[in-house]
This record gives sequence, structure tokens and C-alpha cells, in this order.
Amino acid sequence: MDWNYFLELFLGGLTRGSIYALIALGYTMVYGIIELINFAHGEIYMIGAFTALIVATVLSMLGMNQFAILICAMVAAVVYSCAYGFTVEKLAYKPLRKAPRLSALISAIGMSLFLQNYVLLAQTSDFLPFPSLIPDFEFWEPYAHVISSQELVILMTSFVVMVLLTLLIKFTKIGKAMRATAQDKVMAALVGIDVNRVISVTFIVGSATAAIGGVLIASHIGQINFYIGFIAGIKAFVAAVLGGIGSIPGAVLGSFVLGWTESFFTGYISSDYEDVFAFMFLVFILIFRPAGILGRSETQKV
Amino acid sequence: MMKNRSKKWMITVVVGMLLCLLVPGLGFAADTIKLGVAGAHSGDLASYGIPSVRAAQIVVDEINAKGGVLGKQVELLAEDDVCKPEVATNTATKLLSKKVDVVLGHICSGATKAALGIYKDSKIIVMSPSATNPDLTQSGEYPNFYRTIASDDAQAKLDVDFALNVLKLKKIAVIHDKGDYGKGFAEFAKKFLEESGKAEVVLYEGVTPGAVDYSAVVQKVKQNKAEAVIYGGYHPEASKIVTQMRKKRMKTIFISDDGVKDDTFIKVAGKYSEGVYASGPKDCSQNPLNIAAVKAHKDKYGEAHGAFYENAYTATLALLNAIQKAGSTDYDAVSKALKTEWVETPIGKIRFDDRGDAIGAGFSVYQVQNGKYIELK
Repeated sequence: MDWNYFLELFLGGLTRGSIYALIALGYTMVYGIIELINFAHGEIYMIGAFTALIVATVLSMLGMNQFAILICAMVAAVVYSCAYGFTVEKLAYKPLRKAPRLSALISAIGMSLFLQNYVLLAQTSDFLPFPSLIPDFEFWEPYAHVISSQELVILMTSFVVMVLLTLLIKFTKIGKAMRATAQDKVMAALVGIDVNRVISVTFIVGSATAAIGGVLIASHIGQINFYIGFIAGIKAFVAAVLGGIGSIPGAVLGSFVLGWTESFFTGYISSDYEDVFAFMFLVFILIFRPAGILGRSETQKV
Repeated sequence: MMKNRSKKWMITVVVGMLLCLLVPGLGFAADTIKLGVAGAHSGDLASYGIPSVRAAQIVVDEINAKGGVLGKQVELLAEDDVCKPEVATNTATKLLSKKVDVVLGHICSGATKAALGIYKDSKIIVMSPSATNPDLTQSGEYPNFYRTIASDDAQAKLDVDFALNVLKLKKIAVIHDKGDYGKGFAEFAKKFLEESGKAEVVLYEGVTPGAVDYSAVVQKVKQNKAEAVIYGGYHPEASKIVTQMRKKRMKTIFISDDGVKDDTFIKVAGKYSEGVYASGPKDCSQNPLNIAAVKAHKDKYGEAHGAFYENAYTATLALLNAIQKAGSTDYDAVSKALKTEWVETPIGKIRFDDRGDAIGAGFSVYQVQNGKYIELK
């Protein structure tokens, strides 16, 4: 067995997985709280990437240094995407909170199509080059053939974001409120939690992680167009389901499992069937654990 | 008696009025020759389709200014198929309902194939500036189909010969995007490589278009110690693969088809595009007709023309010329004219063979040098 090759595939899968994880977190948090699959989430990721592109283009014309551009672009993308996430929730989901779940789902699909076409019309249908905001580190050069500086930054950033998110949910007041709302919305409201505010915060946090993912992957791949959110969103959704939708550690684990599955199947068997294997694996897991790897199976309240 | 006469008179007037209404209608319908233009005019691949609409517009304007074809003005009807086979059938039906005489299009091979059957049933001649799938002409299923671009096997042959005889490579990975166009090209490349016996195909794989990254496939190329990748597909995936290879410090040579020979590829892949080889239609920039065609585009639209512009210009000229020579838009007469009458075009003097491929049009290998595709002689 060639361990070097194995390591490369492992790291490739890890990078892919951490990108899926950044998007999957938004899906799973929203589902955990209002039991809605937010199909517009992939579009939030795409909007983050576009915002970063616009900001980065303007700033690099002003001749700022690369690292400052990366930070500014990232902050702008996060702020912009959060605003979109917040607005989407207020416009498309809040009025339907008491409606049957299917209505909100259709509203989510509508929102996804709306945002895609909005960016298509407001920007362009072409692929746009995305500047490589993450520099090639000199000290990393000896290892660049195994894992590039960009992939290293993606891995570390995702790790930091996930730790921060865990801290937010475990140890802060709003985190506690989020967990309470997820368990029982009515009871949470009775003990004085502003449920609407908690839901807004959830959308904002989810959008922020998606925007970070958008900037990182666009900078890694070097191109974006209005459609990137769709495929990334579908894959991240699969990852969230695989891990157990509604569970935050589940989303992260599911993303890594999906990333590795794709990477290893491609590496050792064939990339022709990359998606086939990924989905076969999903079906396989769901047969044995219908609620996902870490999901709790809930008995329906009658 | 009197009453009866006035009734007759009334009927005459009414019938007369109806006829009056009818005559200009008929006259108008027969007055123009309708040229349909189908292809991707929006979406991901619009950069392949828009140039053909512009080319047709420029040729038609020029010909109309000189009095048209057979004394009639030419009317342009553009329909978008976004390069999707399922949309292309609707596009074809729409053009037929508008009573087009001939069609320039479609752009992508998959969409063209889907639409051709519909045109064939209505006996409409279709000429594509860019659909290179070999089956379209070689299967003999579509006698109504012509193209002003050489087919994929010609292109694959050229790329393989280049890799073997000029670059002298021994280990080659063949990758495609699983689409009609990319896979067709890759299959031929693989076949020619194996037949030559000079090089080994160390990897033959398809990748999923639009995937988040291609690092696993790139690692596999490295693992198999391929000296070069021959890629069949379009520029979005090609630029991702090239970028990832270069970021992993791989110097693997990248050779591709005319789906990649597009300036968008250089724009998106940036510095990583340097040194990439791609085959595309022969450079005819010294041809006076070509110079005029390029200038006409620049004057009208204020920018450089995009992919397949010359081929579309040629196709429009060839179609209208054939109608002129045939003396009508009759299917059999025009078919005969296309196959027998030579026509001077921006890509050289051409006519069509029995299968519908252009005689006199061909491919060359290009390389990205200093941010531009340069033709290698």
C-alpha cells in the first residue's frame, strides 16, 4: 500500500469535507430549530463568494496588501451573507411558520431560484476568475506537493470556525436559548426566550459560516458563477443528512465522511462513479441508521 | 330583384375586403428568407453561442444591403437552447412554427443531436458552426445536417499526433467530463493512442462537471506518473483541473480540445493557463474575407469576437449562397448546391461532402503563451 498516496487522498477528502461542513452547519442548525430544510442556503454561500470577489477587485485596484484584502473581503462577505440570510428568513419563512411544513419548503426552493436568477441578472452568466486571496506560504513550499497552502488555510479556518461555533452553542446565553428553542419552542417562549430573535440569530450564524466557506473555496478553485451554490448546497445537504440532520457534530462528521468517501473512491476506484458512490454510501448508512450517524431517532408525538 | 342584387354586391365587397387583407399577409410571408439561429444565448455556455448570432446578423445585414438573396430580404430568428438537449427540442419546434427555411445551429453537440430529428422530419437544413460530435455526420442518420467545423475524431487525431510526434510523450492520462462532446473526444484520443502503440494510457476517467474540487483526480494523475493529460470537455472544468495541478506543483502537460480554446479559459485560469495546449479551428487571420469579418464585428459590437465566430460566419454565407445558387429554398435543391458549389469564406474555400462535413476546413494546435493562444505550425 502506498501510504503517501493514501495521505494525499485523506487530506484531499478532509479539505473537501471541511468545505461541506461549513455549509452543512447552516442546514443542520436551521433544521434543528425550525425543522425547515433551507434550500436557499447554497445561494447564501454563492452570494458570499460574489461579495468577496467584488470587494477584493475594488481593494486590489486600490493596491492594498493581499492579507488585508483577504480579511476585508471575508468580513464583507460575512456581513452581506448574514444580511441576506436574515432577510430571507423574515420574508420567506417567518410568515409561514404556522403553515404546513411543505409550504415553507416550497418557499425555500422559490427563494433559492430567486437568488440564483437575481445574481445571474445582476452580475453575469459567465464564469468569473476569482483572485487567489490566500498566498502561497514560503515555509510550506516543501509540503506543497502534498497539500497546498490554500488547502491548509481552509482546514485551519474551518477548524477554528467549528470550535467557535461549539463554544457559542455550549457556553453563551444565546447558545443556551438556541438549544432550548430547538427542544421546545412553546416552552422556551414561556420561560421568556424571544424565539423570533433566536431564529434570526440562527440564520445569521448559519449564513456567516456559509459565507466563509464560499470565500475559501472560491479562492481555492479560482472561479465562480451564479450556479456554484446549487451543487455545493446539495452535497452539503447530503452531508447533513448523513450525519443526522439537526445535530451539529453530526453535520461535521457527515461532511468529513462524505469528503473521504468521494476522495477515496475516486482515488482507488474511479471518478466516473464519484457521485454514485457518495449516494450509495448515503443510502447504506440510512438503511442501518435512518436518523443519520449521530441523529436521534425521535418518536412522533401523537 | 333589387334586393337580391344588393346582396350579391355586398358579398362581393366582403370577399374583396377579405382578399385585400389576405394578399399583404401572403406577400409578406413569401417576401423574406427566414434564417433560424439556435444555440446557447444565455447561461454557462453563452460565450460559445452569442458569436454565432452576431456573425449571422453581420452577414445578413451585408447581404440585405446588397439586395438580399433571390431578390428577397433575409430575416433572422434567434432562439436560445442554453446548450441543453431538453430545451433544444423546444427551440427546434419553435423555429419550425415560425416557418424557418434553414437553421444555423445548434452550438453544443448534445443539443444539436436532440434537435436534429425534429428538423429532419420537416426537411429543414441545419448547419452547425461548432457541434463536433462525429456521429452527427458519420452515422448517416441526419442527411439534413452540415457543419463548418471538423469533427472530434479529426481533432483527437491531431492532438494525439501532436502528443506522440512533437512532444514525444510515453505516459498519458485521458480525462473527460462525461458529456457527449468531452467523452466523444476522449474516446477517440484513447483509441488513437492505443492504436499507435507508442504511448500508454495510464488513466482513463470521467469527472463530474461543477464539482467542488478535483484534487482526488489530480492526485491520481500524479500517482500514475502521467506526463500529460489529454482532456475532453469545456473550459470551466479544464481551468479547475489545471489550477489544482499547478497548485500541487505538478508540471504535467495539459492538452485539450476546442472547448478549452476559448479566451475565457485564459481569463479564469490566469497564470496557470500558461503552456496549455488546445486544438481549435485553423487560424485564417490572413484571409481577406476573415479580416473583413473580424473588422465588421469590431465596428458593430466594439469588442473582439468570441469562439466559433468565423465558423458561424462561414455557415451563414454557405447557407445563403446555396439558396442563391439553388434558386429556391427547396430542400433537395439546396442540399445539392451545398455539396457541389464551392464558396469563398473566412475559413477558406469550402464545400460539403456527402456526409455533411466541410471540405477545406481544419484544426491546428494552439498553445497559451503570455496570456494568448498562439497557433503552432
